[in-house]
Amino acid sequence: MTPRQRLWLFTIAAAGLVACYLWAFAGLPGFGNYPGPYGQEILKHAIAQTNATGVVSAINFDYRGFDTVGEEFILFTAAAGMSVVLRKLRGEHEQRAKSPYDRDLPPTSDAIRVPTLALVGPVVLIGWWLASHAQTNPSGGFQGGVILATAFMLVYLSGEFLAFRRLSPVALLNGAEALGAGAFVAVGLAAVAQGLPYLDNFLPLGQVPGAVSSSGTIALISFFVGIEVAAAFTLIIGELLEQTLFSSGGKIPRNPPIRDPLASRESQGNV
Amino acid sequence: MQIFPFLVVAWIVAVGLYGLVASRDLIHQIVCLIVVQSSTYVLLLGIGYVTGGVAPYFYDISPHAKAVDPVVQALALTDVVVEAAVTALLLSFAIQAHKRFGTLDPHELVEFKG
Amino acid sequence: MIPNAAMDILQVTVLILVAAGATVVVRTRERTRLVLVLSGYGMLLAILFFAFQAPDVSLSELTVGAVALPLILLLAIAKVRKRPE
Repeated sequence: MTPRQRLWLFTIAAAGLVACYLWAFAGLPGFGNYPGPYGQEILKHAIAQTNATGVVSAINFDYRGFDTVGEEFILFTAAAGMSVVLRKLRGEHEQRAKSPYDRDLPPTSDAIRVPTLALVGPVVLIGWWLASHAQTNPSGGFQGGVILATAFMLVYLSGEFLAFRRLSPVALLNGAEALGAGAFVAVGLAAVAQGLPYLDNFLPLGQVPGAVSSSGTIALISFFVGIEVAAAFTLIIGELLEQTLFSSGGKIPRNPPIRDPLASRESQGNV
Repeated sequence: MQIFPFLVVAWIVAVGLYGLVASRDLIHQIVCLIVVQSSTYVLLLGIGYVTGGVAPYFYDISPHAKAVDPVVQALALTDVVVEAAVTALLLSFAIQAHKRFGTLDPHELVEFKG
Repeated sequence: MIPNAAMDILQVTVLILVAAGATVVVRTRERTRLVLVLSGYGMLLAILFFAFQAPDVSLSELTVGAVALPLILLLAIAKVRKRPE
């Protein structure tokens, strides 16, 4: 099938799909008239039940905590899967340069180094603050973790790859990621050990709604999620960096691009 | 205005799928997947919107104010962060395909034996 | 409180910008240009989520879609481009 035939087939199918979408959307109650009872019920009772003023984080870590465990393990698996996929292929050997400074790159200009290195401290502070204040403000473990990982990226961007590697050795990151994911599950199991359902909010709820020490397990879980997300993202960036900096050579059994036997005459001509 | 956000969602899905089908580069296809996934966030938040509602955070406003739906926000929140990690996994597949086949053109990455 | 009409105008404007942004992302072919355009699209989405009264999702999309994801993409592109040996 030529690309043009593929495109025509796609156009017909996409027209059908969009028609079905529009028919489905016409049956919705319209933008702005959300009738759903679930959300309104939670809004009525959330502060009384959890002492958390950030209702979205209360849903994430308390009411729908089980879904969040699943999502966090998707993140964990993706980071672990990358280490597996980017392994050394049979026949490939990495041409390690003597040091990353052997590459013929110009040194990073001061205009980049000074702001990035000066911003590392404030960024870590902001990320930490966000990860530990899930129950009060629009914050939470996920956002705080990504911002913490950004601090490591800043160190790399200022040209100090060796400092980046020394600050975040792979063994430490693996341990931190496992700690974050395992602690989430452990908090849930601690509730089971007391005879409550899994991931029940069993810690004391505190007096003032919205204080850092209130809302039971929500703040604790959010903190561990922040650690896990930061470690996962730094692992991902580190893996990709190793790929780019140590160029691969050697004789990988390279499969030649196989000709598509159903391709038309003109596109077969130039293979 | 009743249906306009959902029209935009349908448009983004169609455009993203078109880019996926008509692309000659694996990296461009992965970016089109990101675009299609972003349409689901817009759909989720568009469904949960309440006219005249505020964000569901009651640190300094009365807990009885009319607020938008918090459940769909919780769903979209974890989704956004997890998408980046899955995209990174897809990119690592593309890197290994490039190492093995030498090309990133999807029309040439067809594997027919015999 | 922002009047409903002003909120409507804001949301419609940003929705149109997002639709245009998606078209631009799909029509860009060079790889390094894709990274910058994707970063701009992420920022537009963050503004849209903010206009939909979802500051949490907006913060997530800003950090992930405009910072972390373009960096990951850039590293992958640097790996697969042809080295000028």
